[in-house]
Amino acid sequence: MLSDITLGQYLPGNSVLHRMDPRVKLILTFACIVFIFVAGNLWSLLCMVALVAGGMLLSGVPVGQYLKSLRAIIVIVVFTSVLNLFYGNGDLLLKIGVMEIRTGGVLNSIFIAIRIITLILFSAILTFTTSPTQLTDAMERIMKPLTVFHIKVHEIAMMMTIALRFVPTLLEETDKIMSAQKARGADMESGGLVQRAKALIPILIPLFVSSFRRAYDLAMAMECRCYHGGEGRTKMKSLHITGLDIYSCCVTAVFFAAVILLNLFLPGLF
Amino acid sequence: MPAVLETKNLTFIYGGNGPFRKTAVSDVNISIEKGEFIGVIGHTGSGKSTLIQQLNGLLRPTSGTILLNGKDIWAEPKKIRQVRFQVGMVFQYPEHQLFEETVLRDICFGPGNMGLAPEEIQRRAYEAADFVGLKRELLEKSPFELSGGEKRRVAIAGVIAMDPDVLILDEPTAGLDPHGRDVLLAQIQNYHQRRKNTIVLVSHSMEDIARVADRILVMNHGQAAMFDTTEKVFARGDELESMGLRVPQITKIMQILQRDGYPVGNGVLTMEQAIRQLAPLLKSRGCIHAQ
Repeated sequence: MLSDITLGQYLPGNSVLHRMDPRVKLILTFACIVFIFVAGNLWSLLCMVALVAGGMLLSGVPVGQYLKSLRAIIVIVVFTSVLNLFYGNGDLLLKIGVMEIRTGGVLNSIFIAIRIITLILFSAILTFTTSPTQLTDAMERIMKPLTVFHIKVHEIAMMMTIALRFVPTLLEETDKIMSAQKARGADMESGGLVQRAKALIPILIPLFVSSFRRAYDLAMAMECRCYHGGEGRTKMKSLHITGLDIYSCCVTAVFFAAVILLNLFLPGLF
Repeated sequence: MPAVLETKNLTFIYGGNGPFRKTAVSDVNISIEKGEFIGVIGHTGSGKSTLIQQLNGLLRPTSGTILLNGKDIWAEPKKIRQVRFQVGMVFQYPEHQLFEETVLRDICFGPGNMGLAPEEIQRRAYEAADFVGLKRELLEKSPFELSGGEKRRVAIAGVIAMDPDVLILDEPTAGLDPHGRDVLLAQIQNYHQRRKNTIVLVSHSMEDIARVADRILVMNHGQAAMFDTTEKVFARGDELESMGLRVPQITKIMQILQRDGYPVGNGVLTMEQAIRQLAPLLKSRGCIHAQ
């Protein structure tokens, strides 16, 4: 049952987006998210929607996967949209007690909903087409200038990689320990909050103990292979910026320009 | 003898209806009688673990039923914990499940969950500790201070203390040194003889199984390929080998001797039995001198 949780949603493939340099993907995604908030009216936001739709098509990932990633935030979308219904001017549509719904409010809530959904879709494109290792690699490379400030960038990236690597292992371990304690009659499904919290002790303690054991083993194995941190360490897969990356940067830049122009020439749609 | 555990058309499929569905156990019909010592063998991925986890209600079968003393264990899903007290289960590497501050308290966890009186819990814990040969002075130590072999004994005692009707052990001797294996196996056998309860032992060691089991269940590709007395199963060496298994080495040697015309009996399973047959033979030919 725990194995149903999929962390790290990478879906292997060979699409244009899969082949892009992870650094470029990371930066572009970040820029796109910024531009979702730069887009001040419905038309400029639709530009970003077009961009994300294009990205989804290019990623070669089935639309169903994207819908799945949206399912998790549906509550937030509905909640914020409903709240925003009551803010805005324009013609009065409905009056519930002191609350008034006006046309402006309706447009506002649609706008906010599209914003949140586009935002999630952009990050979904990134995580679907980039493996966790590629992502940490990219982050290490992007953060490299920070070494000037004595920030141990390589060590941070290595910690992230190891953490990601051990998520499935620890899930499996948790599953095993849960089964073993259930076989001894541990009751995790009933009782009040306090009782349920107490029922976690027989699972958490063995899990901690085994995590420490694994950490020791891993440290030993890394030292046996002469790991001594990032200094002078070469990469097996070095990252390269290709024509594809430059091309996609240009396309995105065109969309950004459109967003700015639409913001300027169609201000205050509502 | 009445059947204590019975499976009817037991099938378990992983992955629901998704693209990764895999049939781990398919249509298994077995009947285990009260007081039997059953050995379960099968290569990795043959469905052994999935099968035994269904027997105590940790996994719910996709289809088919499991009868414990004649009653369907899933008739009342809310009472599945009662089934787990009656069918004790020792997992592989059970030492990883220890969590309490002292060994004694860890052994008491199972019986404590049964809602027994404190004196009864203590009595059972001490008794279980004796069965696996844990010294009294160890009981007040932290389980994390013990050696690997001792930890495993503590974990097994934790299940024995629930006094189950059926005790399932999944490779209890894996990773122990030869002496540790022999001692643990002897303790399990001793426990079985004293308590007269039913034991299901999963093992990759044919020698271990040959020593202790009355009957053997052979799992292959999720199906019960054989379920017969130990002698009869190990007499089918060729079939076992085609399933990635083998017979105990001494059984194989005796089979070869018999094939080559030496007057030795069939179905020899242990070294002791072999010596009993071979010594007189060698003496009569003057190869060794009478002692």
